Amino acid sequence: MTPDQVIFILCAAVIVVTAIMVVTSPNLIHAALWLIATLFGVAILYALLQAGFLALVQVVIYIGAIAILFIFAVMLTRREMRDKGPQLNKNWALAAILAVLTFGGLFYILSGWSGFSGKAAEIPAGMDTLRNLGFALVSPDAYLLPFEVASILLLAALIGAIYIASASKK
Amino acid sequence: MTFWNDPINLISEWLRGIFMGWGMAANLAMVITNIIGIFVIILFAMAIAIFLVWVERKVVARFQDRLGPNRIGPFGLFQPFADIVKLIIKEDITPEGADKLIFNMAPVISLASVILIWAVVPLASQIYGVDINVAVLYLVAAGAFGTLSVIMAGWSSNNKYALIGAFRMVATMISYEIPMVVALLIPTIIAGTMSLKEISNAQNGIWFAFLSPLGLLLFVISAIAELGRSPFDLNEAESEIVAGFHIEYTGMKFGLFYAGELLHAFTFGGFMAVFFFGGYGGFFGLEKLAAFSWLSNPFIQMVVFLIKALIGYWVIMWIKYSMPRIRIDHMLAFNWKFLTPLAFVLLMMTALLDKLLAPTNFYVSGMFISNLLFAWIVIEILRSRSKQERAHDIEHAEPVELAAHH
Repeated sequence: MTPDQVIFILCAAVIVVTAIMVVTSPNLIHAALWLIATLFGVAILYALLQAGFLALVQVVIYIGAIAILFIFAVMLTRREMRDKGPQLNKNWALAAILAVLTFGGLFYILSGWSGFSGKAAEIPAGMDTLRNLGFALVSPDAYLLPFEVASILLLAALIGAIYIASASKK
Repeated sequence: MTFWNDPINLISEWLRGIFMGWGMAANLAMVITNIIGIFVIILFAMAIAIFLVWVERKVVARFQDRLGPNRIGPFGLFQPFADIVKLIIKEDITPEGADKLIFNMAPVISLASVILIWAVVPLASQIYGVDINVAVLYLVAAGAFGTLSVIMAGWSSNNKYALIGAFRMVATMISYEIPMVVALLIPTIIAGTMSLKEISNAQNGIWFAFLSPLGLLLFVISAIAELGRSPFDLNEAESEIVAGFHIEYTGMKFGLFYAGELLHAFTFGGFMAVFFFGGYGGFFGLEKLAAFSWLSNPFIQMVVFLIKALIGYWVIMWIKYSMPRIRIDHMLAFNWKFLTPLAFVLLMMTALLDKLLAPTNFYVSGMFISNLLFAWIVIEILRSRSKQERAHDIEHAEPVELAAHH
């Protein structure tokens, strides 16, 4: 086994275990902290795939902003951190079957794909992936349109948030 | 490749050779060498942290017209070791009702978030942990763990003061992250890269502090806010919430927060040097002359970097011990109504001028003068605004009746 594989297996195990802890932990703050561990594990996976930019954006956005705001909101709004109710509802069996079927289906489809057992191609030395990503986001042949649409969506959300916040003052 | 020119690579090659001589596989030997390298960086950062305890106590004493520690060793240099022994033998108290695991993990994550940054600190052109092309973002990402540790400490202590401290810290961090990221984008735009080594090298001719003095100012303000130091020390405001988020921590657990804070401040001093003062280099082209070629030596560069970082750290301390604490609503208004718009306009201006002036001969002077002009316009706007507000206040002021009339 190469060191990369060892890191991958450790990382995947951490992601699976912490993801299970997110949904089984009755304490909301604990669940949020487990979620941070899961997100961090995913960031390590990105780093293993040589996508350093994606890994760091994952940490900055998901851990630095979203998960911390989760915790903030939970701490501000709830007196009791512990969920008292049952953790499963009556559809749990159906949900479990669906989850297993989805996993099986994905596994079946991917196992027929040639890249499933192959090795990832080496990134040629001297290639600046970050620069390429930047050019792709603003070049008309690549992702200019989706990028601009996403920007307008975010701008609309910002304006909406400002409107809601200022309207409540009256 | 000699020890004098490239010490780290030479030692790691030598170690790898020894491990492979023992019959180890090549990639296993590389992994073990890298792990040793990680430990060396951590030890180096921790050794600096011990030294910083002494520096901080000496400097604060001078600012307050005292002598500071002067009993143990020359100039009190061994005081930190006495402090460490004291912290270790103190009773370790976990408060009743605390969330034990999170309570004990918080100081570790706090210190780790700072040591993580040291992976990308370019101490010299040949001495650094790793040179990644997204290092600027990495700095922001490591800061996220610092926030996380404060929240964990504040929440798990089961103490209202700690929780209030954590809330304030999150409010500060989430607000000041925006001017911080924008201020970091300015050297990125000018250098055209996010690699700290290349940003340092790009300043061999002229420091970015001259190209973007306002960017430097923005970075210093938002860095102090991110550090949670005065005037942004709302998270541990002693006069209001006793000690804030670390109120329940005793002994070495408190020591980890303390060491983390000092090292963090020093690290940001280092980043001030990297982004705006040339990092390990930046001798204005002097190193190209034959008589000054020794300036390119990694050991000299490392000393230069550490001196620049200490000067930056000293500025942060100077501000800390001279400024009163800012009120929380002022802190938020200052960020959202002033710093954030300023940062965005400055970013657009820098990006535009960088492209427009790059082919011309007056790039440096143009960038510098445009920054001055922009600062002047901002100050004029502020002045007219404050005049208006003062006139408005005087107009609407109501006469106060004397108590004796009733």
